[in-house]
Amino acid sequence: MSTKLNTSLFNKKILLQAAKDSVIKLNPAILIKNPVIFIVAIGSVLTTIIVLMGIMQGSFSSFNFQIAVWLWFTVLFANFAEAIAEGRGKAQAESLRNSRTQTKARKIMGKQEVSTFATELKKGDIVVCEAGDVIPSDGEVIEGIASVDESAITGESAPVIRESGGDRSAVTGGTKVISDQIFIRIATEPGNTFIDRMIALVEGAKRQKTPNEIALSILLSGLSIIFLLAVATLPAFFGYSLTASGLPMSQNLTIPVLIALLVCLIPTTIGGLLSAIGISGMDRLIQRNVIATSGRAIEAAGDVDVLLLDKTGTITLGNRMATDFIPAEGVTVEELANAAQISSLSDETPEGRSIVILAKEKFGIRGREVHQLSATFIPFTAQSRMSGVDLKADDGSVNKIRKGSSEAIRSFVQNNNGFYPQNIQDIVIELARQGATPLVVAEDKKVLGVVHLKDIVKGGIKQRFAELRKMGIKTVMITGDNALTAAAIAAEAGVDDFMAEATPEDKLRRIRTEQVNGHLVGMIGDGTNDAPALAQADIGIAMNTGTQAAREAGNMVDLDSNPTKLIEVVEVGKQLLMTRGSLTTFSIANDVAKYFAIIPAIAIALYSGKNGIGPLSALNIMNLGSPQSAILSAVIFNAIIIILLVPLALKGVRYRPVSANAALSRNLLIFGLGGIIAPFIGIKLIDLLINL
Amino acid sequence: MTPHDFIQIVLFIAILTGLTPILGTYMGKVFTGKKHIMLPVFGWLERRIFRFVGADPAEETNWKSYAFSLLMFNFIGFVFVFLIQRFQAYLPLNPENLPNVSWHSALNTSISFVTNTNWQGYAGETTMSYFVQMIGLTVQNFVSAATGIAVMLAVVRGLSRKSTDKIGNFWTDLARSTLYVLLPLSILLAIALIGQGVVQNFKPYEPIQTLQGAHQVLPMGPAASQIAIKQLGTNGGGFFNANSAHPFENPTPFSNFLQILAIFLLPASLTYSYGKMVGSARQGWAIFTVMLILFLAGLSISLYAEYSGNPVFGNLPMMEGKETRFGITNSVLFSMVTTDASCGAVNAMHDSLSPLSGMVTIINMMLGEVIFGGVGAGLYGMFIFVILTVFIAGLMVGRTPEFLGKKIGAFEVQMAIIANLATSFAILVFTAWASVSSYGLASLNNAGPHGFSEILYAYTSAAGNNGSAFAGLNSNTLFYNLTLGLVILIGRFGVIIPVLAIAGSMAGKNITPPSSGTFRTDNWLFIGLLIGVILIVGGLTYFPSLSLGPIVEHLLMNNGISF
Repeated sequence: MSTKLNTSLFNKKILLQAAKDSVIKLNPAILIKNPVIFIVAIGSVLTTIIVLMGIMQGSFSSFNFQIAVWLWFTVLFANFAEAIAEGRGKAQAESLRNSRTQTKARKIMGKQEVSTFATELKKGDIVVCEAGDVIPSDGEVIEGIASVDESAITGESAPVIRESGGDRSAVTGGTKVISDQIFIRIATEPGNTFIDRMIALVEGAKRQKTPNEIALSILLSGLSIIFLLAVATLPAFFGYSLTASGLPMSQNLTIPVLIALLVCLIPTTIGGLLSAIGISGMDRLIQRNVIATSGRAIEAAGDVDVLLLDKTGTITLGNRMATDFIPAEGVTVEELANAAQISSLSDETPEGRSIVILAKEKFGIRGREVHQLSATFIPFTAQSRMSGVDLKADDGSVNKIRKGSSEAIRSFVQNNNGFYPQNIQDIVIELARQGATPLVVAEDKKVLGVVHLKDIVKGGIKQRFAELRKMGIKTVMITGDNALTAAAIAAEAGVDDFMAEATPEDKLRRIRTEQVNGHLVGMIGDGTNDAPALAQADIGIAMNTGTQAAREAGNMVDLDSNPTKLIEVVEVGKQLLMTRGSLTTFSIANDVAKYFAIIPAIAIALYSGKNGIGPLSALNIMNLGSPQSAILSAVIFNAIIIILLVPLALKGVRYRPVSANAALSRNLLIFGLGGIIAPFIGIKLIDLLINL
Repeated sequence: MTPHDFIQIVLFIAILTGLTPILGTYMGKVFTGKKHIMLPVFGWLERRIFRFVGADPAEETNWKSYAFSLLMFNFIGFVFVFLIQRFQAYLPLNPENLPNVSWHSALNTSISFVTNTNWQGYAGETTMSYFVQMIGLTVQNFVSAATGIAVMLAVVRGLSRKSTDKIGNFWTDLARSTLYVLLPLSILLAIALIGQGVVQNFKPYEPIQTLQGAHQVLPMGPAASQIAIKQLGTNGGGFFNANSAHPFENPTPFSNFLQILAIFLLPASLTYSYGKMVGSARQGWAIFTVMLILFLAGLSISLYAEYSGNPVFGNLPMMEGKETRFGITNSVLFSMVTTDASCGAVNAMHDSLSPLSGMVTIINMMLGEVIFGGVGAGLYGMFIFVILTVFIAGLMVGRTPEFLGKKIGAFEVQMAIIANLATSFAILVFTAWASVSSYGLASLNNAGPHGFSEILYAYTSAAGNNGSAFAGLNSNTLFYNLTLGLVILIGRFGVIIPVLAIAGSMAGKNITPPSSGTFRTDNWLFIGLLIGVILIVGGLTYFPSLSLGPIVEHLLMNNGISF
């Protein structure tokens, strides 16, 4: 996707567009969505009117004019922040829109093929696509197998295999078939396809405020109202003080000064940056090639405190490899290898292939054609927990070879009135203890031996889990392995907990239990049988290679289909919340300095002697040049700080995997203490410049 | 300051801290319906009351019913107190034949006592009959304090329960806190005070001839019983006009010490009960520490200001208006405790404090009466700040902010803001009105910024349900009686209702178990943060008004000008 090219923060084209948009966004209908900035805009209009009225009456106030100008800049800067965040999304949307199909679809009506527009396809329609066709809409392959170029959405140019049945059946509209022919059942209504949603998402067109953003907006609006009260009552207090000082009422605070004070006090910094932070959070997720169905999902990702991680691919390096054949008593290694190989010939799982390869390497057993053996392949299911072949002998008797978990084979053998030898059980336990996966092979009622499947834990994953633990996130490894194997790998990888021999139902149950206990659960999955768990989880990331059902059930799709992505998503979520909190703290802490700039400036004359400098000038601890320059400096600082913080809002505050306490201390020091000190320095500097 | 002054302050804090877990544990048992030592004494009474009204003390309600019961109870109390003042001339126990109270004063007084404010626009001994004092005011002293405890209990239940809409039974909370907490403690304190010489009788006032031959009337009455609850319940409504500066109300240094201690006793101990009830005493201690630090900060500034004296008068500590019998430290300590705890009893005239100490008393109240605060009210007010703190700072750890495992959402923030807004609105708008209107200014005794401070103090005291007066402002006028009454109502129910709503919404939420990713609310970092938010959010709102009142007065005083 184009995001990979467009990651620079300040692209000239985007900047220009954003500048234009920030003027367009002055439309009151748009402004009112941001109450804090709307108040500033009202203040700008009022101040401008007062300046104009002054000109008409022949008295131009340069001070009021400058206040008005900087208030307008405050609004424009806030608009600019939002526009630039949106601009980056729009650039992505543009490239997505180009890939959206305009071509015709070949719809199957009964036995006939009808040409129709892709946009007219309804859910449930069936279309056919051949090499060279662009897939018209999202759907599920119901027949056939094809290689598909999905670079339009993933940015990955290597084609992927899409086939009916199994867990790689989903196809996305806008991607291109480059070989073979597939029949697709359309799974979405027009206008609601994956690409449509992506466009809407990156454009921020349908952007709804997330729960947290709503709560924060309420806080900011509430603070604004409180400050409005504080400013609105000030002329009365001032009037009292003027009378008490023997000064005329005409010296009471002017409206531009009151507006300047109000704008400085209300949280304009965070108010101006809030939506930019939200949009860029979504953006950061897209840069990691993850598409969320809503902003709510990203926020929830920050809250997740239990991660269900599939062992395979996430914790261990892809697949287990067969490394050894250990025969049962009275069975030769060759016999075992032979049986294991036959049972694995049609087994397309990596484990199955690795058995075939090992048999070939060690004993030179060649591949055989399954149909020549008149064999029926029995695929692995999560329920049976074993796979194998049924070989039909010439006499018509059926020879059943099975390989699978020790429990599954034990019951298989016992059901065939066989005997499960103790030494096999010992080998199984020993291998499991080592963290390997023992695969027991049996032929009818006879146990032949054990295949040693070895798991390789990914490098660096242990440290990753330690980081997660520091962040207060519990990791649960999900595996179909038996408890012993699972425990060994869990210990090696350093996860907090594991679920051995987990069925999809177990996963779902586990998620529910965690949720009842107050946890938020994140998981990643691909298969159709993962769909219920994905839907139940607070964060369900479906892999793009997964089934349509899984993609519908989850609230995010990982285009790279990389299981470790879950951890990154959590980090993006946390970073988003941290950025909001940090800038809010900064914004509120700024007020202290602004008071010390403005209060002594406006109250200088009160209770003054002949020199006109009253006692409250003692509060002018920054030693600002003049009352006018003090107020102006505060207003200018208030406007400029928004622009200065735009890069931070877009990039997010620096994220480190540390405990809540450490993160809080760090952010509090930078944004809390920094927020108190920075404006003192900034306002002083601006004041020096003004008074040059 | 002498070593004695320091010893007294240290002793005060040590005894307070020592009693907190003891009384806190006891109250925790009472509020959670466990067995406790007062059950054999008053248990029969509780059972009889509930049997009489035919209610089931164990039946709990949602927040709306809870709030409705509370409002109804307070409304009935208000009507009753109003009526007996208007007809006191025809009622018994009126040996001085005091006339009926004016309608607006009666209105103000009934609002004030029902809401635990005890703002007194009237002078007790020349206005209220013994009947009104006992049946009206003292009863409200008990139940208004119990109402505060009830609200606090509702919030604590909301925080400690999960996935329910029930936050307790208002009547049970009211009855238990009155019978098992306020009543026994008041009896103990009243006896101790009588032992120190506080009057307790039904005699008419005694005319005497002083040694100089002047004629004087000594007021009498059932004072000790009302004073005990006035302090314990952080009510503050004095039996006599001079409140605890009156020798019959506060005769000895020991009675003074007891009275100061009594003000903080329940608010401090409730923090411990809260900790126990949410299953972590640390949570309670964290709140206690925040309160103690803020208290000590105010006390230090105030003592510094008083002992630095006034440069106009040669930098000597000023004794005018102070409690001359007990000294400056006791006057300052009392003034800090009474404004921190929304009590409002006084043993010195706050009007006579130096500008900075006067400002500290105002700030104590402006911060929402959360520095120990009113009985129950201090803690539930503190929860408002806790929610704001947790929300602002909690985001910085990268999770949806949570307090005790409860996620803080838009609704809680909204309610916390409404509670905050209610108080700021009441203080700022009405102070502004009074400071520009002729009927507001007519009551002023002092000119310049000091006069402004008097108005600001009055509305702040009313909004914070404190009830103490700066003095120097004649508030028994139609304007002040009505506006202060209104401000009291806003300050009380504008906080209670949002707080109960928060309790209800919190109770419905699930509890996220703590982990290292949880924003902790029981460590020093949080204590510092909460103090910061209280000072910044509270302080920023009022900085302009404070600058034009006490701050400018202080600066002027340093320039040699006083008012």
